[in-house]
Amino acid sequence: METHAAYKSRWLPWILLLPTFVILLVFLYYPTLETFRLSLYRVAFLGLRKTFVGLANYRELLTSPVYHQVFLNTAIYSFLVVFFSMAIGLFLSVLANQRISGRSFYRLLLIWPYALSPAVAGAIFLFLFNPQAGIVNYFLQAFFKIQPDWLGQPRLALGVLVAAAVWKNVGYNVVFYIAGLQNLPGDVLEAALIDGATPWQRFWRITFPLLSPMTFFLFVMNTIYAFFDTFPFVDLLTQGGPNGATNILIFSIYRDGFRFLKTGMAAAESVVLFVGVVLLTILQFRLGERRVHYGG
Amino acid sequence: MRRRKWLTSALVHLLLLLSVVVVAAPVVFAFIFSTQTPAEIFRYPPQFTIGSALRENYSIVWNQYHLGLYMKNSFYISVAVTVGKTIVSFLAALALVYFRFPLKGWVFTFILLTLMMPTEIMIVALFELVTNIGWSNSYAALIVPFLASATGTFLFRQQFQQIPVSLVDAARIDGAGPLRFAWSILLPMSFNVVAAMGVIQFVYMWNQYLWPLVIIRDSSKQVVQVGLRMLTSGQDATNWGIVTAGAIVALLPALVVFFLLQEQFSRGFALAEEK
Repeated sequence: METHAAYKSRWLPWILLLPTFVILLVFLYYPTLETFRLSLYRVAFLGLRKTFVGLANYRELLTSPVYHQVFLNTAIYSFLVVFFSMAIGLFLSVLANQRISGRSFYRLLLIWPYALSPAVAGAIFLFLFNPQAGIVNYFLQAFFKIQPDWLGQPRLALGVLVAAAVWKNVGYNVVFYIAGLQNLPGDVLEAALIDGATPWQRFWRITFPLLSPMTFFLFVMNTIYAFFDTFPFVDLLTQGGPNGATNILIFSIYRDGFRFLKTGMAAAESVVLFVGVVLLTILQFRLGERRVHYGG
Repeated sequence: MRRRKWLTSALVHLLLLLSVVVVAAPVVFAFIFSTQTPAEIFRYPPQFTIGSALRENYSIVWNQYHLGLYMKNSFYISVAVTVGKTIVSFLAALALVYFRFPLKGWVFTFILLTLMMPTEIMIVALFELVTNIGWSNSYAALIVPFLASATGTFLFRQQFQQIPVSLVDAARIDGAGPLRFAWSILLPMSFNVVAAMGVIQFVYMWNQYLWPLVIIRDSSKQVVQVGLRMLTSGQDATNWGIVTAGAIVALLPALVVFFLLQEQFSRGFALAEEK
């Protein structure tokens, strides 16, 4: 078998790997394990006083209505963000992949918000949805005579957070879905065309199933985005309010850990989130290996 | 038939144009209102034209709210991490691909597992650790923990594996040691990966928020994303011209990088998917 591993040296590969080892051990492995340990303690800030409490923090996560709401919020919020980011992304990709002039121009103008940071998007949406100065309410007043208090109503506030997160992330999905569409086997689609399938049938019976590996990959990436990268939206727009309606797990970890100084609780919540990420990763590897290949 | 084709194409163009406008609208509105005084912003109906406070608002966010300083901080940190991570990952991939050594499979798994450990998940423990080292409030806290990554290592590993084996054999026969080979053959052949990874890493670091928010207390060392937070929370009656001006200033560098280096951007994405 051909191999790239042409060199042999007892110590050189380890020296080359040393920086990676040190950083990963000290700043990734150690803090991850330490998070598990901290979750079994009730800690006064900065670890000055630690009391071992066993699984008490987890018991509180399971029994307290506050945390029930956090889990529910996280589930609803993540579902909405993932669903709309991907659905809109797929729709725009199909549009931008038609045989029309200016395709690459449209593609570029559809994906650029992906380069923006969540904090920038958050600040902009904070202004857009401000009840008095915001431009959204100006249009709603002009056309429908309503002026909702966007960030004061639980459901509306969650909706604004979803809108901001989706707006920023649609471009990512467009990039991948367009790539996926361009790599589809042309002969299958042509055969369907000859057999007289309508565009609607062709999309749902052929294109969409063929895109399923891409859809699955994007599902994982969008979920990770909704879990972690959306922190700035909550922090800038709602602070978890009103009445805890937008308090999602990542914000709750921050608040417990750095404002309420309940380090142990924050660690236990982190462990829950970690389990979620591990499950997603396992799923990705499992299904990723069994990618369905159609045609040649 | 032809008529129908024309209609479909017109409809597609129309929908795409509409989407492009909706996608751009938030930033366009933000820019327009970043040029207006509070009185101009609150008048009814609002004017969708450049206001009279363009220079004033931008100079306020740049100087009074120190966004200029925060941008400089963000820039240093992002460049340091991008360069550092590229070197560290390059070396690790070199060892993984071009050397035979025991326990390689374990090393590989050890690196792979860190894909499941984003900073956010260990934020409390990382905070304690970095504080105990004495790095709170320092750039080291924002740079050092990010210098190694599974993603970077695997991107280079993948690139190296696509380079023909005959090259390394030829180099060896000519008496070139591994470092010489890496420097004069591998590196020049990997420039596209270096560029793609650089762009992705730079934007990733530039956009960081939660970690700097908790670890940096000294505001003169803060990064631009957290600086934006100070604009929205630092005043009694929010001056929206200032907030939007701040957002525009903070988004410009990432956007410029994106439009100038689109190809690397897309390539970096594609690589990240394959990894």
